[in-house]
Amino acid sequence: MNRRNTVPLALWLAALAVAGCFAVRARYVADLSALLPAQPTRAQRLLADLLRSGPASTSILIAIDGADGEARARASRALAARLRRDGAFTAVLNGDPTAAARDRRFIFDHRYVLSDAITAAHFTAAHLHTAIERTIDELATPAGPWLKSLLPRDPTGEVERIADRWGSGGGPAIRHGVWSSPTGDRALLIAITRSSGSDTDGQSRALVAIRRAFRGTGAGLRLRLSGPPVFAVAARARIERSVLRLSVLGGALIVALLLVVYRSPVAVLLGLLPVLTGALVGVGAVAAVFGTVQGVTLGFGVTLIGEAVDYAIYFFIQSGDGGGAGWRQRFWPTVRLGALTSICGFATLLPTGFPGLAQLGIYSISGLAAAALTTRFVLPIVAPRQLRLRDVAPLGRALRRRIPRRIIAHTLAASFAIVSLATLVLAHGGAWNHDLAALSPVSAADQRLDASLRADLGAADVRDIVVARGADRQAALRGAERADAALRTLVGAGVIAGFESPADYLPSRAVQRARRRSLPDAPTLAANLRRATAQLPLRDQRLAHFVADVEAARHAPALTSADLAGTSLGVAFDRLMLRRSDGWIALLPLRAPIVGGRAAPIDLRRVRAVLGGAADAFDLKAEAEALYSGYLHKALRASAAGFVAIALLLWVALRSPRRALRVLAPPMLAVLTIAAALSLAGEKLTILHLVGMLLIVAIGSNYALFFERHCGPDDGATIGSLAVANAATVIGFGLLALAGVPVLRDLGMTVAPGALLAFLFSALIARREPRMAAAHG
Amino acid sequence: MTRKRAPFALLALLVLLALLALLAPAPSLRALGVAAPDGDFARIMRLLREHPHRRARFTERQHLAVLDRPLEVTGELLYDAPDRLEERLLRPRRESVLVDGDRLTVTRGKHRRVLDLTRYPPIATLIESIRATLAGDAAALSRSFTVDFSGDVARWTLRLTPRPAALARRVALIRIDGARGALLRVEIRETDGDRSSMRIEDEAR
Repeated sequence: MNRRNTVPLALWLAALAVAGCFAVRARYVADLSALLPAQPTRAQRLLADLLRSGPASTSILIAIDGADGEARARASRALAARLRRDGAFTAVLNGDPTAAARDRRFIFDHRYVLSDAITAAHFTAAHLHTAIERTIDELATPAGPWLKSLLPRDPTGEVERIADRWGSGGGPAIRHGVWSSPTGDRALLIAITRSSGSDTDGQSRALVAIRRAFRGTGAGLRLRLSGPPVFAVAARARIERSVLRLSVLGGALIVALLLVVYRSPVAVLLGLLPVLTGALVGVGAVAAVFGTVQGVTLGFGVTLIGEAVDYAIYFFIQSGDGGGAGWRQRFWPTVRLGALTSICGFATLLPTGFPGLAQLGIYSISGLAAAALTTRFVLPIVAPRQLRLRDVAPLGRALRRRIPRRIIAHTLAASFAIVSLATLVLAHGGAWNHDLAALSPVSAADQRLDASLRADLGAADVRDIVVARGADRQAALRGAERADAALRTLVGAGVIAGFESPADYLPSRAVQRARRRSLPDAPTLAANLRRATAQLPLRDQRLAHFVADVEAARHAPALTSADLAGTSLGVAFDRLMLRRSDGWIALLPLRAPIVGGRAAPIDLRRVRAVLGGAADAFDLKAEAEALYSGYLHKALRASAAGFVAIALLLWVALRSPRRALRVLAPPMLAVLTIAAALSLAGEKLTILHLVGMLLIVAIGSNYALFFERHCGPDDGATIGSLAVANAATVIGFGLLALAGVPVLRDLGMTVAPGALLAFLFSALIARREPRMAAAHG
Repeated sequence: MTRKRAPFALLALLVLLALLALLAPAPSLRALGVAAPDGDFARIMRLLREHPHRRARFTERQHLAVLDRPLEVTGELLYDAPDRLEERLLRPRRESVLVDGDRLTVTRGKHRRVLDLTRYPPIATLIESIRATLAGDAAALSRSFTVDFSGDVARWTLRLTPRPAALARRVALIRIDGARGALLRVEIRETDGDRSSMRIEDEAR
């Protein structure tokens, strides 16, 4: 190997090594932060945090169906016991009475710091009289025999008051001692994973642990799982499975096609070099700039540099006869201009203010540049000397002969443009779907199961949430307590049905101190009790325990989160307190008011009005939609700007607006036609459709450039190479269109027909040498 | 509830009971109702079933060791088959204690508390003693209680001993007195000696 060859090879290997190093050391993340703008709003950050580590992100809903209630309850207890021993779960809730008894014990022991009724006035003779009278009244209800034993120690009914407040959301029904659906035909559990919502591997292990623990719990029983962790794991598995299956099948078909043309397995393998180099350099570049690489960048990026697959096909076929040197002279400028066109188009993704889009831009620019350079400098060195290619020139010539006369061709192209435009105008410009759910790979059946389990558990999806922030946990809790007071007025006004607050389970130290200080000393309380019970059937002597308990509570140490450990209140508390890099946030989920039997939307303006500046209120669903919508909008704007940039570049490079138009028109017509067809089919367009359209422009402009420059009677091989490249693209993406996963299907449905159309339009609009036109005429 | 004296029927019943007592080795008529579907117990259950909607006045006295004097409330009792039972207190305070299916709702002024009875099985069972009796549902009664029937159609007594341990720990016995298809008195005796007694009168149908 001579010196001229050593330098490019060494550079190439060095680039691969550097990119590889960065790629290996990068952090790969797959969450919503990919869609966040560079300066996210508070709501957007909260949303990303909640999806990553919010209460729902770690909750696995478990249902046990089949057999009878007794067997289901046994299985529920066995499953819960096994999972509680497993380190993968922080809590497993199934409504078993021992946990309920533990909770009641905790409430009883700490009733004088947990009850929100505790003020100094609460223990005056008049208030005591009213409270004790009400507690005695309670004895006349069917719960009387059970409340009676509490009377001497809790005559003011604090335990009932606390339980009322916490239980106001209504827990699941209990059958045979465990949580059950209201109809009683299904046992229910909630398992909370230790691994966070973004740790799909950890959640996958947790799901495996649940399935393993369920085995042998009883015959005829069926386990059903739902919740965000289940969806995340299933989505990844489905996408992986689909991608694997389709890429094996597509890969086999494309390899077969290339083997037929190249007649050399070595050439087929070498043909992968440009695109593989591009993919690795792209990841390395993103990692070097950002440190982290979004899953979205990998997925979309590999698609965007899809045209690099074509580079090798062009090189092998077009250089078939003339050798590498001839190709460099004749065709490399065309490939170079094509690559530059795409790079120019993708560059508009960089300044969008969305790191996710900027990553995509850097990936595709560096990837394409690397692929093009590999094709130009590395392929000629490593390509086999004696490649005996199948001659595709006759195919190219045959295609060329079928190109109709210019007048017919242009009329055809124009009519496509008019019909597509008319369709889009009538459909109001192609409907873009701003709902994130459109990207969700969760099947409708799984969504139904989730909804039914949530209804059974009384655990509705939280949509509206109030957030109090603080530098530390205590500050956040105090914020939650301030919000609490404001939100109560809204419950009274019917704006919300209720809310949950972490301060219900663990009041801030300040509130605890205030409550303890408002407890009277023993002599004062005894004197007040004497007056309070004068007219009541309960003698104050019987309440000595009560006086002693209050006295003990006055001197009790502050309640901490450690005291909550092991109770379901501790679980609830932990889920409502999020730790962040810059402090803590307390979450107060709101319950929508029920109007006419169904949940009515919450008027957040009124919520914000009463909260003042104390806390924020968010509609999580609307925020998620706005977030995605903002991302999509930016991507669309960047694409439009990219189109203008491409047009300018071609104008300058080709030194003629007419020629630039001839190159631009075919891919644009293809995109228009595809958009119109999708619109007619009732498809709402998503970000995947957009990515697909960008690829159509990237690939299609290469076709158009080749047709524009090399469409003479001797260019059969060139046209043939385009046909082979097009066939490979259509095969690869056509298979994606058959995928069951919406994101893959959207992409395949756009690119496969779009690439074919771009090829056909390129041929239609191609400039033919006068001799040829004359021969036709 | 109206009490109709039926001397001839009573006489006939006494004769029948005497005969049965001779035939049966057991000294009492324990569990007769379930074992002998044509007995008085079954007839009472049938008679009870004939009144799917009931409305009556009641007075309840609770004798609790912890209190110096008994608590007394009066009000109205409303029943709609199969599982809606409401105690509407009129004195000394207005209050409603409604059991509908698995929900217990206590309404006092604007204050309302809802209890899901599936979460409190012993309370549900205690309520079932009265509700299943009103419904004339012998099977439901014997699921949760040992049923001891005595008396005759004109004047009968059901002694219900709770089977589930959770209830048996608190409640020793529920005694229901009745005449034909009407309930006269419901007494609950707790294991600690406390008891409550509800007198039902003037049942309007």
